[in-house]
Amino acid sequence: MRGQVSSLVVRRLLIALITLVIVSFAVFFATTLLPGDTATILLGQSATPEAVEGLRKAMHLDDPAIIRFLRWIAGLFQGDFGKSYANNVPVATLISGRFINTLKLAGLTAAIAVPLALTLGITAAMWRGTLYDRIVTVGTIGIISVPEFMIATLAVLLFAVYLKWLPALSLTNEVKSFHDLVRIYAMPVMTLTFGVSAQMIRMTRAAVVETLNTPYVEMALLKGASRPRLVLRHALPNALGPIINAVALSLSYLLGGVIIVETIFNYPGVAKLMVDAVSTRDLPLIQTCAMIFCLGYLALITAADIIAVLSNPRLR
Amino acid sequence: MTNPISSSRLGMRLGYRFNLIGVSALGILLLWAGVALFAPQIIPHSVGEIVDTDYFGPVSRDLWLGSDYLGRDIFSRILMGARYTLGISLAAVSVACFSGVALGMTAAVAGGWFDSMLSRFLDALNSIPSKLFGLVVVAAVGSSIPALIATLSVIYTPGAYRFARALAVNVNTMDFMVVARIRGERLPYLIASEILPNILGPVLADLGLRFVFIVLLLSGLSFLGLGVQPPYADWGALVRENIGGLPFGAPAVIFPSLAIASLTISVNLLIDNLPRRIRDRSAE
Repeated sequence: MRGQVSSLVVRRLLIALITLVIVSFAVFFATTLLPGDTATILLGQSATPEAVEGLRKAMHLDDPAIIRFLRWIAGLFQGDFGKSYANNVPVATLISGRFINTLKLAGLTAAIAVPLALTLGITAAMWRGTLYDRIVTVGTIGIISVPEFMIATLAVLLFAVYLKWLPALSLTNEVKSFHDLVRIYAMPVMTLTFGVSAQMIRMTRAAVVETLNTPYVEMALLKGASRPRLVLRHALPNALGPIINAVALSLSYLLGGVIIVETIFNYPGVAKLMVDAVSTRDLPLIQTCAMIFCLGYLALITAADIIAVLSNPRLR
Repeated sequence: MTNPISSSRLGMRLGYRFNLIGVSALGILLLWAGVALFAPQIIPHSVGEIVDTDYFGPVSRDLWLGSDYLGRDIFSRILMGARYTLGISLAAVSVACFSGVALGMTAAVAGGWFDSMLSRFLDALNSIPSKLFGLVVVAAVGSSIPALIATLSVIYTPGAYRFARALAVNVNTMDFMVVARIRGERLPYLIASEILPNILGPVLADLGLRFVFIVLLLSGLSFLGLGVQPPYADWGALVRENIGGLPFGAPAVIFPSLAIASLTISVNLLIDNLPRRIRDRSAE
């Protein structure tokens, strides 16, 4: 039986690899669809045809698309992400510091959102049908249905405008004390936490409710187990797989949320860099940022699938 | 969640049991649809006209929702914005669901290498985060309204495909499908007359959910300045252009967001409260 599990996991990893190839293909060709010639854009309207021709040659723009794609992939593997068109700085230099900033934001959000969402999701399932459960359910539907920028603007309105507790912008280079850290990260993290937890609460609640409907939980109820014992001792161990799966899937939501949150709070992360790169049409930068996000997303959903396989006792 | 609070008279007449929440959600949606259709006739001020000497003006008797960053009437601009938010999203969701469902049913019936190649490819597209996909494509093809519709439909086709294929695969194993095949029916007949009627209910509910995703993504892109471009403005773009009013707590920032929320929450509530006869038609 153990062989079956490992072959399923290997199969899933293989699928992830194929997906990654297709995704990088899509990212590369979507960005090369850009109308207009890159060399002309770089040199400006007044460039002589000879200069444009020279630059095209230097940048290997005349090669067939498939050759450029392979060269780009080979570069990625060697850690060469190319140079930014906008300021001729290597993309790796631009990204490195910002990547850590984004990881900090995501890590802090996860550290708060996961315990919060699990507590709310499990307790809502425990007291299913009560007023508390209804409030949690309606609240999560509400949060999932509104755009992230609305949560962010409402947070700014409440905490920065009316209460004046927090600054509206993030400026991470001014962190001198723990107090500064809290003030700067509070609102971006809060906005992201709302979105991520709402997803996670819904999925956790659904997973626990499903195990609560099984015959062995009914048996435990009949023998007189208390409600918390019923959930924590009997249902939860069996719902653990789906719950971890839900956590990984909801964290992938961070990747979308971070794009809006970094822009609205002016937070110096990879997502803000990418949005700026899109408005200046800086291809190498867009491609690299897109690959970072796709890789992170793929890693999370693959992890979620593998956990679902591993946690299925029938396969063990 | 779905226990009916009270059956409405309208629902009874249609032969379905609608509950109060479902009917009010439907009412809000119909209201917005009406606004989108008749916006040019009902706006109190022209969208480009500067009607207030002050910018980010407060709510007043003349300007119901205050004025924007140039002193234009925000109420009129929201009514006109409904056309872009609803129109673009509706067009995109129709294209996405039509192509997704058609491909999904074809793949389920045809099977074999066509099915596995298509599924692999569309699953790969599905594992690109939607907002990122939007950013990359908008960078490539620009943000004219047709380009936006095309981008949004490409992003949400794989999801519709996956959903429809999963349903169609179940129907495909039914006896009536075997009979139809033995009769010698061809693919177009099989998908249009045998599969589609049996998966229609869930597919329509899925269309509603996907509409919500598209509205949110479109608003997000417009908010980033990459969606609908001036002089036109959808609700996301209205939030973006008035974001400067945030420090003053201007109504111009808040009301466009509330418009988006009222639309998306209504669709979600309507789907959650749909009569079972519509939602689970395939289960019968």
